[in-house]
Amino acid sequence: MSGCSDCGSCNPATVVEFPGSPTALKTVAVIGPPNSGKTTLFNRLTGLRQKVANFPGVTVEQHTGLATLPDGRTLQLIDLPGVYSLSPRSEDEQVAYDVLTGQRSDTAKPEAVLLVLDSTNMGRHLMLAAPILSLGLPTLVILNMADDLRSRGGRVDVEKLAGELGAPVALVSARRGQGVEKVFDFLAGAMPKPAPKELPILQDVPKCRAWAGHIGSQAAYRAPAPPKWTRRLDGVFLHPLGGPLLFLAVVVAIFQTIFTVAEPSETLVDWVIGHIGNWIAAALPAGLFKSLVIDGVFKGVGSVIVFLPQILLLFLFIGILEDSGYLARAALIADRTMAKVGLQGKSFIPLLSAYACAVPAIMSTRTIENKRDRIATILIAPFMTCSARFPVYLLIIAAFIPNRPLLGRFLSTGAAAMLGLYILGFLVAVLTARVLKSSILKSGRTPFLLEMPSYRWPTFTSLGLRLLDRSKVFLVRAGTIILLVSVLLWGALNLPYTNGHPPEIANSLAGTVGRTIEPAIKPLGFNWKIGIGLITAVFSRETIIATLGTIYGMDPASNKEGLQAAIHHDLTAGGAFALLVFFAFAMQCISTIAVVRRETGGWKWPVLQFSYMTLLAYVGAFAAFHLIH
Amino acid sequence: MQLSVNCDLAEALPASLMDLRQGDAAILDGIDLPMEDARRLMELGFLPGTQITAGRSAPGGDPRVFQVDGSEIALRRETARRLKVRGKKTAKLDAKPRV
Repeated sequence: MSGCSDCGSCNPATVVEFPGSPTALKTVAVIGPPNSGKTTLFNRLTGLRQKVANFPGVTVEQHTGLATLPDGRTLQLIDLPGVYSLSPRSEDEQVAYDVLTGQRSDTAKPEAVLLVLDSTNMGRHLMLAAPILSLGLPTLVILNMADDLRSRGGRVDVEKLAGELGAPVALVSARRGQGVEKVFDFLAGAMPKPAPKELPILQDVPKCRAWAGHIGSQAAYRAPAPPKWTRRLDGVFLHPLGGPLLFLAVVVAIFQTIFTVAEPSETLVDWVIGHIGNWIAAALPAGLFKSLVIDGVFKGVGSVIVFLPQILLLFLFIGILEDSGYLARAALIADRTMAKVGLQGKSFIPLLSAYACAVPAIMSTRTIENKRDRIATILIAPFMTCSARFPVYLLIIAAFIPNRPLLGRFLSTGAAAMLGLYILGFLVAVLTARVLKSSILKSGRTPFLLEMPSYRWPTFTSLGLRLLDRSKVFLVRAGTIILLVSVLLWGALNLPYTNGHPPEIANSLAGTVGRTIEPAIKPLGFNWKIGIGLITAVFSRETIIATLGTIYGMDPASNKEGLQAAIHHDLTAGGAFALLVFFAFAMQCISTIAVVRRETGGWKWPVLQFSYMTLLAYVGAFAAFHLIH
Repeated sequence: MQLSVNCDLAEALPASLMDLRQGDAAILDGIDLPMEDARRLMELGFLPGTQITAGRSAPGGDPRVFQVDGSEIALRRETARRLKVRGKKTAKLDAKPRV
């Protein structure tokens, strides 16, 4: 295609002869259309030796892994994003194109290509072969899902296809591991290469499809029968009545499990971290350094790790939904409802997960291919009432709203207030989505397309690798930023150090800041103590409870009643209402900020989001305070 | 086409994918969308001259799944409306796919 004209400028000395050359390969790119089983093959070839990062400057994720050949040589594999064509229009296609043509300075130009196609849909998928093969790199065409092709009565003559394409072809089932040895043969340079063939340069899709069809018929390709089980299962999952009911059941099950597991798992992780912390604390001499290690670094890291069980659980669910093919059906069912606020079906599960925790929810927006829809979903996710807001709401509601039955035994005043806060967050999210989708994130008229993959059993390997992958992303990438902020926050709470002792929290840097901002938060009905609480809540929302406990000089765990009384004494009813509204709207969570930065590939969106949410929280709290007054 | 019009008249009306009920099939005639969007649809198999069969849908009939070129792709109503078809073959009621 258009990129081929650049080949004249390539230095011929750097071109490695392949296959046949004894020179070991350095980098091999894996590319294919979405739903071709590309990632399954990549996992099969590299196993646990994978790394995940973002391509610098873009939101496209870069998966690299090491594959060891039977002769002991090791080479690097890059899993490129799934693309339908190589004409660079979307960000994914641009990255794939740039990597393959060696135009990215951060990625070595691949010396060979593994082109993964779905053999059950070969006619259409072969369209990608023309532009890839005309890049001139040694390419193995992998016809994946061979097991499906066979069981559904399809067939293809691999030898003939290789002859037609002028490139070696392997029929493979990456899921079952059948035929994968041929991929290793190719990588080791041990696969016979058919005579090269001049491929037509096809710019328009109909001609490209006609060419693919012709090649297919030359290779005696017989398309498989329609997937019988998929049709049957769709009869159930997309049944006009049963479909939505099953969808609801799945949604409730996920929500319930994450919500139920969230608290005990956090308590457990907290307990474990606490014990390790005590153990380290005992080994360190008392002083500034110990405080930094324990209260800064260790607590900072701890505040990240507590989210891990929820992340793993959510990704286990999403992994099962996505790998089985149900996620596309769920998105289909949810689409019309989500379209009402300008979003789409695939935003539903991430937003639902945000009720447990925005961090895994934002990470799970990767299933949304449309970039604008994805950003919009990321931006509204933190408005969903996450589990960290719950204890804060609980404390303030208990301190200010006498618990009386409202609807008999079913609804008390406290529960109604809690429900109201959930609804408040949801409404603001919906409103924000509408505003975003009709302004800066307007999707234009880009049609919504959703490919329905065949149903498949998820494999343990794939689920396991997915969990490992997401935990790594979360712990390493988000962890670094959180660590930095944690240490800064520790500094604010523990400096200036006088006579070898940390200052009273009121006299610390944070206390000074709390007093300084008092004029700004006074209109909301907050005094400087609440101000310090708000600052420390940037750590994570529930930290305000511990901070207020410290300021009022009591242990929040053992003296809950006392803390409630103290807060009641310091806040008016209007101020309490304002504080609730502030917590409902503000983005007080460094983990979320860190994850948004990672997932959007820069500081632009998290800064915008933080500013917007803080402004909204301020205005909302101001209105709330004056409403009650 | 709620009214029982005669066949000639039905042929004359420009039909779109939106007019297909579950099981109906028709030949794609053209895509009334900007070039970029049409290209994306064509890459997924929506090429003029291809037979498209309407499949199941979300409750309310929107979006609907279409079987095309060996794949199943769901389109919203607003998109399906832009894909003009001809030669509609209505699903026979007794030929419902056995489940």
